Amino acid sequence: MSHADLTILEAGAKLRAGELTSVQLVEDVLERAALTEAELHCYLHIDHGGARATAVAADRELRDGFDRGPLHGIPVAVKDNFCTRGIPTTCSSQILAGYRPPYDATAVARLRDAGAVLVGKTNLDEFAMGSSTENSAFGPSRNPWDPERVPGGSSGGSAAAVAVGSALGGFGSDTGGSIRQPASLTGVVGVKPTYGLVSRYGLVAFASSLDQIGPLARTVGDAVVLLSAVAGHDPSDATSYRGEVPDFGSELTLGVEGVRIGIVREFSGEGYEPAVAAAVADMVARLEEEGAKATELSLPTMALSLSAYYLIAPAECSANLARFDGVRYGLRVEGETVEEMMGRTRAEGFGPEVTRRILLGTYALSAGYYDAFYGQAQKVRTLVLEDFARAYSQVDVLVTPTSPTTAFRLGAKTQDPLSMYLSDVCTIPSNLAGHPAVSVPVGLDDSGLPIGFQVMAPALGEATMFRVAAEVERLAGFTSRPGLVAA
Amino acid sequence: MPIDIDIAHVARLARLALDSDELERYRTQLGVILEHAARVQEIDTAGVEPTSHPLGFTNAFRSDEVAPSLDRDEVLAAAPDARDGYFVVPPALDQR
Amino acid sequence: MSWESVIGIETHVELSTQSKMFCGCAVGFGAEPNTSVCPVCLGLPGALPVPNERAIESIALIGLALNCEVARNSVFHRKNYFYADLPKNYQISQYDLPVCKDGWLEIEANGERRRVRIERAHMEEDTGKSIHTGEGGRIHTAGSTLLDFNRSGVPLVEVVSRPDLPDARTARAYAQQLRDLVGELGVSDARMEEGSIRFDANVSVRPEGQDALGTKVEIKNMNSFRSLEAAIDFEIARQIGVIEAGGELIQETRHWDEEAGVTQGMRTKEGSSDYRYFAEPDLVPLAIGPEQVAALRTSLPETPSQRHDRYVGMGLSSQAASVMSASEPAMRRLFEGAVEARAPAAAAASWVSGEVTALLRRTERSLESSGISSEGLAALVAMVDSGQVSSSAAKEVLAAMQPGDQDPQALAERLDLLQISDSSALAAQVAEVVAANADARERYRAGETKVLGFLVGQVMKATGGKADPAVVSRLLVEQLS
Ligand SMILES: [Mg+2]
Ligand SMILES: [Zn+2]
Repeated sequence: MSHADLTILEAGAKLRAGELTSVQLVEDVLERAALTEAELHCYLHIDHGGARATAVAADRELRDGFDRGPLHGIPVAVKDNFCTRGIPTTCSSQILAGYRPPYDATAVARLRDAGAVLVGKTNLDEFAMGSSTENSAFGPSRNPWDPERVPGGSSGGSAAAVAVGSALGGFGSDTGGSIRQPASLTGVVGVKPTYGLVSRYGLVAFASSLDQIGPLARTVGDAVVLLSAVAGHDPSDATSYRGEVPDFGSELTLGVEGVRIGIVREFSGEGYEPAVAAAVADMVARLEEEGAKATELSLPTMALSLSAYYLIAPAECSANLARFDGVRYGLRVEGETVEEMMGRTRAEGFGPEVTRRILLGTYALSAGYYDAFYGQAQKVRTLVLEDFARAYSQVDVLVTPTSPTTAFRLGAKTQDPLSMYLSDVCTIPSNLAGHPAVSVPVGLDDSGLPIGFQVMAPALGEATMFRVAAEVERLAGFTSRPGLVAA
Repeated sequence: MPIDIDIAHVARLARLALDSDELERYRTQLGVILEHAARVQEIDTAGVEPTSHPLGFTNAFRSDEVAPSLDRDEVLAAAPDARDGYFVVPPALDQR
Repeated sequence: MSWESVIGIETHVELSTQSKMFCGCAVGFGAEPNTSVCPVCLGLPGALPVPNERAIESIALIGLALNCEVARNSVFHRKNYFYADLPKNYQISQYDLPVCKDGWLEIEANGERRRVRIERAHMEEDTGKSIHTGEGGRIHTAGSTLLDFNRSGVPLVEVVSRPDLPDARTARAYAQQLRDLVGELGVSDARMEEGSIRFDANVSVRPEGQDALGTKVEIKNMNSFRSLEAAIDFEIARQIGVIEAGGELIQETRHWDEEAGVTQGMRTKEGSSDYRYFAEPDLVPLAIGPEQVAALRTSLPETPSQRHDRYVGMGLSSQAASVMSASEPAMRRLFEGAVEARAPAAAAASWVSGEVTALLRRTERSLESSGISSEGLAALVAMVDSGQVSSSAAKEVLAAMQPGDQDPQALAERLDLLQISDSSALAAQVAEVVAANADARERYRAGETKVLGFLVGQVMKATGGKADPAVVSRLLVEQLS
């Protein structure tokens, strides 16, 4: 067996037992990438030299008795919207082709401090806008369970890399489900933490009030390790949480005896694949057998979340992406005047989905429409928060499918933006509320495609969320590996 | 209810030099999305305060201390056009 | 028809913090281009702003000095527009919840005091600088624009007055006194030549007696108080001219052309502007609590108008108080110290604003190097008052003061400038002069009192000019009658 198939905790134990070196581990991961990249295209850039050098240093440190913790010597992948000093950071956009930032994102700096080995930068929907990783200017990524299908998105590259073993862990950003939905579609664990727990400094912004960095991993335990390495206050991010970081893994082994679980009625029915609905219902039943108390709840504003999201996120993105203008970095398409240069640069540099969202957001904020669209969406956001508050006065966590469907075929939704947007319907509310949520794989559908189970918790409720997730993982016993690896 | 969009004006505000075919295509697509998004108007929000941010805290500051700046050569190396320590762009419309 | 003009002023004050508004880059005038820049102030992908606490204190201080309400809840907004020297293509500014609102500044203009209402003062960041180069000598090359982002992100406070200013002179007085105020607060260099304080004027005209405001024109690019006044005067005349010629004014922004002495319309921007303000999601709200406001209030220096009133209370005329309260801090300290050392306020003020100021200017000395102290001045004023020295002799004493040698009594003695005002010492000399000028004595007694002046002159001559003329005159009258 290749070491690329180890979990982070397993690999860490072997590293410390002297049964494995970081160099061997990294070589196995690079070899896995070499075998799978042509088909999957998880990465936009693999930093072979940097990864090997870091692995050598990690081994030396461990030999010298300097242990940086559970990520020491562990190869991880980060989404290409994290700034990495001197390493290309493109956000899958022509407008940033070849751009090398002069600084590291805080999350990247913390990963380096934790001794992690940065394998490379993973593919995404351009500027994290999409749910399939098809909106990449550099070509789509594919799902290791079926390369004719999408890995989900926008963190599809990181999800597929973790699933296939071209990294032991990965990081993505989640604005409306961009970590959890690809985790669900590729059979891995994906976490969106509480807003503010992980610094956004150096994460190229899509929608600032919704964006949050989080891990993708093969197990809940690994996800806790990855999240713990990057969480915590950062003075460079004014929206960074200033309190004590909760101990995410403190309740992992407690089981679910007495835990109150809410089933959200709104996330079922039309549009939900029967296999997905059945897998979720089955898992709820098993949790009840383990002593959890399940209640069905109605959160009426969930239905409006998607609408609110598709006003708020584009509005923020229309301003966040204004800086890409051909003046200081990135693409420039020449023009007679600076106005013409900027207009052409942006029209050519942004792909259609990004252009669409910029236009949408500009419209939603413009004079005469603000109140009816953006302003109203912000009020709906308030109602969503109130709905959650009511629910969490009765239950500890809420559970839903992560996505209404399993992985769909490439091209199936590209012509219909709205149908693509609908695949985030279950994940968006947590972003609007700033709450944590995790997707855990619970089984396969008839086509052998993974199904994800989402656990949502109130702000800073990660420990209980992981407690339930760990039990879901144990009960599901999901050990299947994608065909590409298994073969 | 179809939504009226002056797409050329919106594209101008967003500094996107789109041709008329593109404008028309985006106008149609935005119409569909906005019709869905307009559902936010169906709920009564009288007396509801808007939420612009999920965080409940205030006053995140830094103290007034100087930190190192970037190296100019590194900064300008990323620029599409630079000269004599400056970024260079074509003249503005009102400068011509 | 007679017209009246209505003017409001928008002032941008660059704060003199060490670092920029949202990043740690140094704030400085005249650094090499693009050397004080970082991911934040260059708008690099992924960078995030964090507000400078000192800048927030500074704007609160400005707000308190302008009698504003300092908001308990204030929010940054993004103001969206594309411009090459605006790195993010939005400016972090404020919209409906500024830090300060609803205040006033009391100013002195054309010999009158008036209150100019302040609508708001909000916090924002400055843009970079564009340098437009010429044609480059080649046909069809249109020149280019050079960009320097050192100024990008420097903290700016925008102070918006209500349209309370009736004419250009009053507008100028407002601008100058606002400049003085922020200078006094120590929050800005407030130098117009260096652009650290900039004034834009909103000008409109309307028929006298009409309530509704006329079409407003914003004028920019004035880089001295003189040009601010000239530009407003020009613009008022232009607007009246347009209306009287049957034309119609358009709401626009016009640039002051210093050389031509005219305002000029800018080429209209592509389409209309629509800033699409929305709450800045990278920042959390500001909450300046009552304790903090109270603490800041105690550090607030006296305003010129408060000082004026205090000086009137000390015994100055309103006129003298205005002059003194507008004087440099060192001169005010000299004056206040002299009064503390028991000099009468009016006399002390008159010396400080008169002879002391003139002497320093004439000798190109600073107050410190001159040796003139509050105590020395107070003693000198007392000597003039008691007739020990004449006022012209006192000026000589003042000029002779040196650091470490400023006792006027000693100086007057050394310079032999003391007056003889002792009646017994002078009585003999007066008697001699009266005896020697029998003719004059007779004429005086016959009612020709103007010969008294002649007789005083004779006594002064006899005493070598050291006699106190007032005492001499009194003694003469006694002896002649
Ligand atoms: Mg302004
Ligand atoms: Zn900076």
